[in-house]
Amino acid sequence: MKLPSRRFREFLIEKLIFLSGIASVVFVALIFLFLLREGISVLKTTSLGSFLGGQNWYPISSPPRLGILPLILGSLLVTAGAVAIAVPLGIAAAFYIAEVAPKRLRTILKSFVEVLSAIPSVVLGFLGITVLVPFLKNVLNLPTGLTAFSGSIMLAFMALPTIITISEDAINAVPREYKDGALALGATHWQTLHRVIIHGALPGIIAAAMLGVGRVFGETMAVMMVTGNAAVIPHSLFEPVRTLTATIAAEMGEAAKGSPHYFALFAVGIVLFVISFIINLTADFLLNRGRKR
Amino acid sequence: MNRETRRQKIGFGALLLATLLVVIPVIAIVALIVTEGWGALSWEFLFSMPRDGMRAGGIFPAIVGTVYLVFISLAFALPIGVMAAIYLSEYAKDNALTRLINLAIINLAGVSSVVFGLFGLSLFVVFLKFGVSIISGALTLGIMTLPVIITTTREALRAVPASYREVSFSLGASRWQTVRHAVLPRAVSGILTGAILSVGRVAGETAPILFTVAAFYLPNLPTGLSDQAMALPYHLYVITTQIPGIPEHFRYGTAFVLIGIVLIMNVIATVIRSKAARKR
Repeated sequence: MKLPSRRFREFLIEKLIFLSGIASVVFVALIFLFLLREGISVLKTTSLGSFLGGQNWYPISSPPRLGILPLILGSLLVTAGAVAIAVPLGIAAAFYIAEVAPKRLRTILKSFVEVLSAIPSVVLGFLGITVLVPFLKNVLNLPTGLTAFSGSIMLAFMALPTIITISEDAINAVPREYKDGALALGATHWQTLHRVIIHGALPGIIAAAMLGVGRVFGETMAVMMVTGNAAVIPHSLFEPVRTLTATIAAEMGEAAKGSPHYFALFAVGIVLFVISFIINLTADFLLNRGRKR
Repeated sequence: MNRETRRQKIGFGALLLATLLVVIPVIAIVALIVTEGWGALSWEFLFSMPRDGMRAGGIFPAIVGTVYLVFISLAFALPIGVMAAIYLSEYAKDNALTRLINLAIINLAGVSSVVFGLFGLSLFVVFLKFGVSIISGALTLGIMTLPVIITTTREALRAVPASYREVSFSLGASRWQTVRHAVLPRAVSGILTGAILSVGRVAGETAPILFTVAAFYLPNLPTGLSDQAMALPYHLYVITTQIPGIPEHFRYGTAFVLIGIVLIMNVIATVIRSKAARKR
């Protein structure tokens, strides 16, 4: 009479496996719901338009002014700077690692990229403050080194591992015949690279760049430590800025629970969540399209 | 040398230059922290309480706090993550639900770490009334690390050849028996890799613990899951930006311990992975 009990145990285990399977969906839904639960109350204090488009972020003045436009622009500026550095560098490095480097060097280079991706962001932020910020202040002769530009450099390094590994996968996934065909027609390896392989790998490379953007946009600690945190509309890369993420991290500790400030920070979280959602869905779509072809 | 080979030389040279611009800073970062941090290491630094407003003494409570967070978050995330991977690899059909799960995993991996912090604050700290505590922080970190565990475990399960399953089925084994006895034992190293990588990740994260567990300064060890705790990454943040007059070598020392834990975890994971690959 052991059989039914075994069946029952299997039934339980398989139910548990199914529940774990859908846990990720549940957690994503929970994240959204709980951000919304707190964040929606910001609309009691301000309208959606003046929240997203307002030019002043003075959350503890009375009445509080909760416009996050300076924060959005701060995030966009830092991200744009980081992308301008990391995307060309990352794609070039991916091509070198995937196509040019000899096998042993390739393994070594890849392990360096892994080390970079493992370095905690607070450690990069610490080095940013102690080394990079004073260096940039002196070299560029700025009043302060705590600028959007410093943030862009830090974030470029945090995005590089993502961009390199995903681009490299895309390059390796280009069918071997494309390369062989081009070489057989007498093209040099370089011509094959930049005329043939890059086309096959393009959707994956774009996806890699997008995921890099996602990583940069959501990064918190390093960027908070080196950008100077001035919540004003930025006019150049060489001024202090304040990003969406840094605002939450820096201010949540002192925002009174249930205050307009507290709700506004959750609403900033919703903005971040929605943006990363869009970026990830698009990148995933591109990756799948690349794979299907 | 003709024009095309010269172009190739220049092109490859540019690619090499870009690669060096990525690699050299990595070497510089690690070398700087190791050389500057090494001097700060001492028995007292590692195993004593901070004193004098954290300007003297050690970082022991921060190390202990991070160890607590790592193990509790893993105890929560590892079973769920492994079972989720089993579901996706062994049970799930190619249907809308599976696509939804995959999208959720991708999004979970892409959500900003500070948003996880907000989520942990509103769900665990406030709604479930766990308060600012180790359990709130560990659960937040656990959810954040799920995608790492799921994707590495799933890869490991998929690498087990289909013939193992076919033989097991043909002997009359049920699906669960097949998974338990034919598939899982061959995926252990992959699962271990995922677990270890997530340990490194959990140990280094700051933003998710800011509002869920982290104590600025707490000169005693946590006694239970509902206590606040110090943690290494937050401690590094605090002594770097919040308190003036901390001796420089204290900061480098803390960064060294943190980066040491994270990199050792990565090395162990790499060794296990390459050993498993050689066996195959």
